[in-house]
Amino acid sequence: MALISNSSPHIQRPTKTADIMRLVIIATVPGLIAMTFFFGWGTLINVVLAAVMALAFEAACLKARKRALMFFLKDNSALLTAVLLGLSLPPFAPWWVTGSAVFVAIVIAKHLYGGLGQNPFNPAMVGYALVLISFPVEMTRWTSPFELSGNSWNLLSFSDTFQIIFGGWNQTLTSLDYIDGYSGATPLDTLKHRNGLTNEEVWQSSSVLANVGAWYAVSLAYFVGGIFLIYRKIFTWHAPITLLLTLGLISALFFAVDPDTYADPLVHLTTGATMLGAFFIVTDPVSSATSNKGKIIFAAGIGILIYIVRTWGSYPDAMAFAVMLMNLSAPFIDQYSQPRSYGHRRANKGLSAKEKSQ
Amino acid sequence: MATNYRQLTINGLWKNNPALVQLLGLCPLLAVTASVVNALSLGIASMLVLIGSNFAVSLFRNFIPAAVRLPIYVMIIAALVTSIELAMQALTYELYLILGIFIPLIVTNCIIMGRAEAFAAKNTLAASVYDGFIMGLGFTIVLVLLGAIREILGAGTLFADMHLLFGPAAQSWKIVIISDYVGFLFAILPPGAFVGLGLLIASKNWLDQSIDRRNSAKNNQPEKIDLQPLKSE
Repeated sequence: MALISNSSPHIQRPTKTADIMRLVIIATVPGLIAMTFFFGWGTLINVVLAAVMALAFEAACLKARKRALMFFLKDNSALLTAVLLGLSLPPFAPWWVTGSAVFVAIVIAKHLYGGLGQNPFNPAMVGYALVLISFPVEMTRWTSPFELSGNSWNLLSFSDTFQIIFGGWNQTLTSLDYIDGYSGATPLDTLKHRNGLTNEEVWQSSSVLANVGAWYAVSLAYFVGGIFLIYRKIFTWHAPITLLLTLGLISALFFAVDPDTYADPLVHLTTGATMLGAFFIVTDPVSSATSNKGKIIFAAGIGILIYIVRTWGSYPDAMAFAVMLMNLSAPFIDQYSQPRSYGHRRANKGLSAKEKSQ
Repeated sequence: MATNYRQLTINGLWKNNPALVQLLGLCPLLAVTASVVNALSLGIASMLVLIGSNFAVSLFRNFIPAAVRLPIYVMIIAALVTSIELAMQALTYELYLILGIFIPLIVTNCIIMGRAEAFAAKNTLAASVYDGFIMGLGFTIVLVLLGAIREILGAGTLFADMHLLFGPAAQSWKIVIISDYVGFLFAILPPGAFVGLGLLIASKNWLDQSIDRRNSAKNNQPEKIDLQPLKSE
């Protein structure tokens, strides 16, 4: 019997940045498929477009900063940012909206702060928030999901979608017709701008909410991808589960108090950016809190902020704003949530840490 | 004491630029630079106040008791700002409405108080007036630069509405950089001003550094900076 003695570590998991990023990108594939299936080719085109531009910007920045080009290009981080942006933008977003978002995400949010690992904010969310503020018309024109007319899926064809994204919708009348025929509000938008109707009345009258299943399915696809990543130990359960629990609890509380005015927890958890954010944005290792306790505080804060903005704010969804606000607090959370190492004194916290070091 | 006007010029425009280096007067700088015309008007108004206050403070510098000098400066500056405000109300009423609260707020602009205390109170009349002019010019240039960047990015035009400041002849000065521009709201909103100013400061520092590096290279002291990261893991 041959005794093979290996040195530690004996338990292995992906440790290289490129491997982790690749796994996360793979985990978004179910969501991408679901988006394409229900909302047409737009998302797929956006993802590819964003990826190409992100790599180009990344290469330009690396060159300008005199860094090793291929070494950083191959770490897949720019690609992941691009994929997340492509998934979050409306499927009919014109190419320059995607371009602005990717430019801001890669050049301003990432490289001006010093590149991967130095960015205080999640690059994809910075890009998204910027275009959301800058181009309200383009960013609120979400696509209606499939319309089942007869036996066929009524989706816009690939070439038409391509034309809308690249041709400029306001120049050709034909694509304008398409836009009007195929675009619509999102469920969160519909529930927000309800003209004084109760929940029940909105659900009965809205054509958007009749197709809410499409959004449920997309969220489920992201959920599956997220569970895969937890299974592969890319991130721990703390942040995503806390976010979902917090959001679910608050919305359940308000729904229980006044079921006519406040949307039910299921809507909050399964529409909008909740699932995408919980598993792919909040878990960003760079811009979130570090320790398990810190991650719980971080994600709970995001959950609370999302509910506040969705319910009383002026935007229908708030993932980007909530994540950026909590990114800002992450260093403080880290400061107050240092774990205690086994066999050591209680971890230093806040001001006491400073006193002891003196 | 002989005044070095060349030094004053370099200080005001570049080395000690009120907006890019001293970071004074940021409130109007960020608030009104959404277009060139707003930026230029506020820049000129601030410059006039700065020249006037430096003139007055320098003129009376030997009569102002040190203990109450700050209230006296504030009185001088407030009187000047009130005159400017009334003049704008009479001459450029529309602009007066657009700039609104930021004209009276010139009183609180730290550049003006700063130059009165740091320069005019200690220097001759001519030097103080020149210092006020050149500091005001440095401030105005940055305002106009930021205004131009934000106007091009935000609205796709340059020099729009200049007739508010220069009369009807300036109506045709408007340059449309990009026709059919959808507008980039971020550049017009306050965050755009912060980011724009940050980029301007960064470019100034970058320019300074590259000039320094060239000079030190010329002085025959090659310094090797290895920016390449470790490639192995």
